[in-house]
Amino acid sequence: MRNRTKMLILLGLAVASILLYVFYGLNNNYHYAFPRRLIKVFAMSLTGIAIAYSTVVFQTITHNRILTPSVMGLDALYMLVQTFIFYFFGSMSIFVINAKYNFLLAVSAMVIFALIFYRVLFKEGKRPIYFLLLVGMIVGTFLGSVTTFFQVLIDPNEFLSLQSKMFASFNNVNSDLVWLAAVVIISTFIYGWRHMNQLDVMSLGRDTAINLGVPYDKLVQRMLILSSVLIAVSTALVGPITFFGLIVANLSYQYFKTYKHSVIIIGSCVMSIVALIGGQWMVERIFNFDTTLSVIINFVGGVYFIYLLLKESRSAG
Amino acid sequence: MNLPGITMKKRYLLTATVVLSIVSLFIGVVDIKPSDLLDFESEETRLFLISRIPRLVAILLAGAGMSIAGLIMQSLSRNKFVSPTTAGTLDATKLGVLISMMFFTNVTYFQKISFAFLFALAGTLLFMQILNRIKFKDAIFIPLIGLMFGNILSSITTFFAYKADIIQNISAWLQGDFSLMMKGRYELLYISVPVLILAYIYANRFTVAGMGEDFAKNLGLSYKFIVNLGLVLVALISTTVVLTVGVIPFLGLIIPNIISLFKGDNLAKTLPHTALLGMSFLLFCDIIGRVLIFPYEIPISMTVGVIGSAIFLIMLFRGKAYA
Repeated sequence: MRNRTKMLILLGLAVASILLYVFYGLNNNYHYAFPRRLIKVFAMSLTGIAIAYSTVVFQTITHNRILTPSVMGLDALYMLVQTFIFYFFGSMSIFVINAKYNFLLAVSAMVIFALIFYRVLFKEGKRPIYFLLLVGMIVGTFLGSVTTFFQVLIDPNEFLSLQSKMFASFNNVNSDLVWLAAVVIISTFIYGWRHMNQLDVMSLGRDTAINLGVPYDKLVQRMLILSSVLIAVSTALVGPITFFGLIVANLSYQYFKTYKHSVIIIGSCVMSIVALIGGQWMVERIFNFDTTLSVIINFVGGVYFIYLLLKESRSAG
Repeated sequence: MNLPGITMKKRYLLTATVVLSIVSLFIGVVDIKPSDLLDFESEETRLFLISRIPRLVAILLAGAGMSIAGLIMQSLSRNKFVSPTTAGTLDATKLGVLISMMFFTNVTYFQKISFAFLFALAGTLLFMQILNRIKFKDAIFIPLIGLMFGNILSSITTFFAYKADIIQNISAWLQGDFSLMMKGRYELLYISVPVLILAYIYANRFTVAGMGEDFAKNLGLSYKFIVNLGLVLVALISTTVVLTVGVIPFLGLIIPNIISLFKGDNLAKTLPHTALLGMSFLLFCDIIGRVLIFPYEIPISMTVGVIGSAIFLIMLFRGKAYA
């Protein structure tokens, strides 16, 4: 099967799952349910795209298939930044009430932190991958603990009023941000498209890439920024989903059997739309909300992750 | 690695523990002065006996217990980064408690304990089995697998808890918290006293078992028995602590490591130090949690989570030398 056919199959699946989600059991309820479902589908597609795109880019700049921005604690960082904003500016400040200001402030804080953090972490270059992974996970735990810590310090009444807004989930999509998120994602795509081919070269390794005329370090920095912006978008929309990016990126590498980023990125984006919307449809209609999608993703992702680690370790040892 | 100027003498650790214990006894919403205790009938004395002393005992037992559990696990698996937190033991215990709650409508305390214990044991055993299968024993690779193993277990827990609508219930009492430690609620922790004594008696054998199966058998040790005994002890401690206090992350990881930096790996020598440091560290974290937003309290799992993960990160970055 050629990649074009594969892509068409995926696209067909995506359209099918969107239609299924929007129209299944609608019962002509066009006034109430229809627009709400549309917004939800839109938000989930944006999330899927953001996670897939950022994961693929992140894996290329870190040269491995196991690290993802979420595993490295980036979405925990988003939560922490939100809590800080809330803690220092208060619930009535413009940075909390206005979703756009809030988002912009959070993203800039995240980008700065991510740049410093990854500069330190990847500086010495030769650290073993498991080390980075463990550090990333512990940093995630650390940020998570600090976040909860500050949430306890915040006045409980104030906190409750904001909790639902700050901590979105699949059943409670943050719809204020949908349009802003769409703009951000489209502009990152337009920006990133020009670098797609350079990413292919980058995956050959630093020395080769520099030899071939790619401004490697500069590009790594830009892609890191792009990654953190996208993760901020997805976390703001539906909250953290740790293993999703890992599954989608790896599956699309296996599915397409190519290293061309233009194919992989688009493919993984479509794949994640299928997985998110199809998955959410199943959770809502088949399991009757008996569980949440993120629990399933965490379970499947965790098993898959151990499988990847064991596979990797066999080839390394 | 030698840190000049700092020594881990037993008597310093003992002094620290005693001082922190006294501080811990006299901090709280109701101001209790030592002189109040002279009057046996007073309100203060009653409060002291019902709330403050149980809390102190609970902290001391949990601190010593979790640190020793970590020490035993590290010695048996020969990996410095293995502990109840990084081997799925705590998550397995959670799952056990959940299952006992789901299948028996009226769970007796005993059922809860035995289920949690069985699961903790099974989880730890399973992890040890996985460890045996892995050919590539990188010091850092193993806790990674352990953390993921724990993640999977806890997503199973969440799945069932969500179905049964007891998510809130579960997360409420699994968060490590000493503020509810009162007379009648902490006694289960006394199980860890004989466990700790046993650990001390068998300390030498654990050390030998930590040198590897062949070596241990050569020295005439029944390796299987010692390993199983160690795992049972670890599971017992984890179960009692999780059921009474809740989950205290990282404690079993960092305390034994700090001690082995100074004192090496001879269990018989390091056990008392580990226990003492565990106690004083937990007391310290508890006091911080109680003072910071006085008169409210920050749960212990949070203070330990923040301080513990920070220390673990430092250990990781400096660790090459002894990992």
